[in-house]
Amino acid sequence: MGKYLLRRFIQLVVVSFIISVLAFLLIHLLPGDPSTVILGANDTAQNKAILLHQLGLNKPLWQQYTTWITAIFHGDLGQSYLNHQSVTHILATGAPIDIELIIISQIIAFSVAIPMALITSRRPNRPVDNMATTGTFGMLALPPFVIAPIMVAIFAVGLGWFPATGYVPFTQDPAANLHNMILPSLAITAGSIAVYYRLLRSDLISTLQEDFITMARSKGLSSRYIMWRHAFRPSTFSLLAGAGVNIGALIAGTFVVEYLFALNGLGYTLVQAVYQRDYLVVQGIALVVAIAYVILQFIIDFIFTVVDPRVTRG
Amino acid sequence: MPDDRELAETHASTGLLGDWVPGTAAMDELVVSRQSESLDSDDILVKKPLGFLFWFALSWVGLVVLLAVIADLLPLANPNFQNYSAINARPSFHHLLGTDDLGRDLLSRVIYGSRVSLIVGFAAVTIGMLVGGTLGLISGYKGGRMDTWLNAGAFVLLAFPAIVAVIAIVAFWGHSLYKITIILSVAVIPLLYRVVRASSLSFANRDFVIAARTMGATSTRIVFREILPNVIPAAAAFGLITVAGVIVVEGTLAFLGLSVALPTPSWGNIISEGATNGNLQVNPFIMLWPVLAMFLLLLSINLIGDRLRQRFDVREGLL
Amino acid sequence: MTARRQAKRGRGTLEFADVGHADDGPLLKVEDLHTWFRTSRGTVKAVDGVSLSVDQGQTLGIVGESGSGKTVLSRSIMGLLPVRDVVRSGTVHFAGHELTAMKPDQLRQVWGAELSMIFQDPMTALNPVKRIGRQVTESLRLHLDIDRAEATAMAIELFRSVGIPSPEQRVRWYPFQLSGGMRQRVMIAIALACAPRLVMADEPTTGLDVTVQAQILDLLGELQRERHMAVILVTHDLGVVASRADEIVVMYAGRIVEQAPTRTLFSDTRMPYTRALMDSIPRLADPSGVRLHAIAGRPPDMIHPPRGCRFAPRCPYVQDKCREIEPPLRTAGSPDHLFACWFPLVNGVSTAPMESAGAGAPPTTPATSARAPIPFGDTAINPDAEVQSP
Repeated sequence: MGKYLLRRFIQLVVVSFIISVLAFLLIHLLPGDPSTVILGANDTAQNKAILLHQLGLNKPLWQQYTTWITAIFHGDLGQSYLNHQSVTHILATGAPIDIELIIISQIIAFSVAIPMALITSRRPNRPVDNMATTGTFGMLALPPFVIAPIMVAIFAVGLGWFPATGYVPFTQDPAANLHNMILPSLAITAGSIAVYYRLLRSDLISTLQEDFITMARSKGLSSRYIMWRHAFRPSTFSLLAGAGVNIGALIAGTFVVEYLFALNGLGYTLVQAVYQRDYLVVQGIALVVAIAYVILQFIIDFIFTVVDPRVTRG
Repeated sequence: MPDDRELAETHASTGLLGDWVPGTAAMDELVVSRQSESLDSDDILVKKPLGFLFWFALSWVGLVVLLAVIADLLPLANPNFQNYSAINARPSFHHLLGTDDLGRDLLSRVIYGSRVSLIVGFAAVTIGMLVGGTLGLISGYKGGRMDTWLNAGAFVLLAFPAIVAVIAIVAFWGHSLYKITIILSVAVIPLLYRVVRASSLSFANRDFVIAARTMGATSTRIVFREILPNVIPAAAAFGLITVAGVIVVEGTLAFLGLSVALPTPSWGNIISEGATNGNLQVNPFIMLWPVLAMFLLLLSINLIGDRLRQRFDVREGLL
Repeated sequence: MTARRQAKRGRGTLEFADVGHADDGPLLKVEDLHTWFRTSRGTVKAVDGVSLSVDQGQTLGIVGESGSGKTVLSRSIMGLLPVRDVVRSGTVHFAGHELTAMKPDQLRQVWGAELSMIFQDPMTALNPVKRIGRQVTESLRLHLDIDRAEATAMAIELFRSVGIPSPEQRVRWYPFQLSGGMRQRVMIAIALACAPRLVMADEPTTGLDVTVQAQILDLLGELQRERHMAVILVTHDLGVVASRADEIVVMYAGRIVEQAPTRTLFSDTRMPYTRALMDSIPRLADPSGVRLHAIAGRPPDMIHPPRGCRFAPRCPYVQDKCREIEPPLRTAGSPDHLFACWFPLVNGVSTAPMESAGAGAPPTTPATSARAPIPFGDTAINPDAEVQSP
């Protein structure tokens, strides 16, 4: 097991490096630079050149890359060209919002999808199951940018139950924080519920047809015991993998939601930074988001080894 | 449950780059098609008829595509014409779906707007499938170093959150229909590669393939004549679902102002207009029609993809 | 054994009478059991009127080809079939209770505790992500009133008694870490864990090596003798039951076609189908290159079975009467020998008129005469001889 983890860790490091290169190239290979934004389009080419030199942007790419990377190892992700905020600070204020959105939405998604799947998979293609299937397909067809405005209209403006904008950090006031975050979290949850429900249900249905389930029945075990202790665990594989991919897709949803609910998350900041050619901010956000996603994949993989004993020992 | 051999396949390690992709096994399980090899399943179960909903879904998609194609031939108002005397008009004979806050006919905007979603969705996935799918097909069968490196590459690309890259590229490079399609098609290539590869891999060791090899068939022939026909159902089903996903991404970009520029309509930017500036209260129709159209389209595509998958006994996997 | 039985969990409300001995009726009695499956192509009559009985400590062999309905029969007797689209009629009495009339939660008290099943494929019948020890202890803890430590200790003992080496370590193993034979031993351990009175072994050795097959069957026999259990051995292989069953039932197309104590079945075979089954077993004594006697044709369509005798299309001695009218199950000389044939074999010779014998009928030769020993593996099994263990 230890060897396995070590190998994984090495892979994690290698991938992180590659990602850092990608994040760097992403922004540097595209046309445009911050000089236009900072100085204005009409400033002289000479001034722009001076600025670029000051910012170190006229050095060869590989040199800029190594400068950036070494700085990171000293804990310095750089500064925004525009407001001189440290990128680390930007990340520190923005990331918690996104993390919280994702956590809340996934908790809700799992809490809804898992019981639903456990119930409907026992009697597939009956009315309850068909309703659930149609319902979840419907959820898939309503992306966050559709659901969010509707929810705002109904729950914030119409009923006034939740605010449409505003944010209070969790550490400051948990209740107010949740009050603000409920609507945006819900807006991104629908797709997850649908995906998890479908994956789990389909796996459960095929697991329930396996011989070992009949064998478990023949031991006299109750249906509920069999569902939870025999059928559930082997059926979570697709769900786990799906969670990894889904959370990646969720990031897009969080961007929309931040935009609509005026939350100062990474997505919103990223879009701004991109428009303003704020290289270091973009690089920093891209790098951190990507690495966080990779780490998540590894965590899921690890959970996978716990759930399926064949992986490390087979 | 994939049998032990298939699991072993996907967990096969070849050194550092070996079981390279976290969740490789899981991801591949997601789409490995499990054709039933026993005769029994055909005896007792009969292939379910596709169902009324399926045909309804197919008709809706067909209708949307048809309207998008012949839009110029239809007696539609100019979608960009701003008629200030008919702002926020309710649906009427003149304006079947009403008008928006700049007096533009909504019916015509929705129909012309569908072009963006359809083109981006289907074109991006088609290109992605041609590139990624072919690579996956060959890679899954051949294995070896090419496969290991391609797989590694796919993983790294998939690990990078696509939306960040897409936003950055679109913002810098430009957001014309053509460019967005290219960007999104590149974004789906690794995804389709993985899926098709997993499917191809699951067939690569089946008896009929080994039989073909012993009869002297060349690799090319095996890949295209033996494996490809078996991979197509899974690939098609997943491809359709990816189309739905791409349409959503385009909509998201549009909402963020990063898709085709106004005044050219796209469902995403009509929705965006309809949801902001207080339009939702004043004239909910602006948002309603494109949402409805998109909802039905996505629903239909997902339904079709799902039914196809059920029909061909493919392991239900990623939506 | 009785002491353990008494310790069974008081949660159940069922009492199990100690029946099945000589005078007080059989342990298991199946009467006219039918099991039909509704499918889109029609109703598959997998089991179509089967009656049998088993006494305490007895071994009953149920033999038939694939498609004869024997697996469905075993599941139907237990009541393990799905509920939807399954029509079941007839009665099953077990230890004083009518299983066919019981509700699911009552049946669950029977399953595992008094009546259990050994499944065919140990690879798929064991939960791949659950440790084998747990798969035993869950049964123990359900039916017996014991805690986890005691259950684990019992599981270790069970593993030891089925011949699994180092059971203390292996309780924590997963099925994929074991070989096929070992897994089957685990299955036996699970089935026997709560000392059931009757064990149904559904093709327990298919898929195992021949040498392992013999070991498993011997093990089962030994445990059966120790615990005085009844065993129903379902198999397609006559050789398996030849030396291990007290009574054999031959099934074809959902019905019993011959039923007799083992010796009688081999010495006084009546049904041509049974004869054909015996003939199809390859013999070690035959020179190599001898063609195997396969039974021509395939089992009938169970949705529309043939009108007369169901074996008629494939019987080498078929007559017109066979095709028209279905032969009833009737007794021969001894009351415990039943068969269903219009023209049964007597002393190895068909009673059918010779001129109408079907084309290509294999003539009876000395090698296939009723008294020849039937080799099975290394051991020639002589139905008249003592049972040998390899």
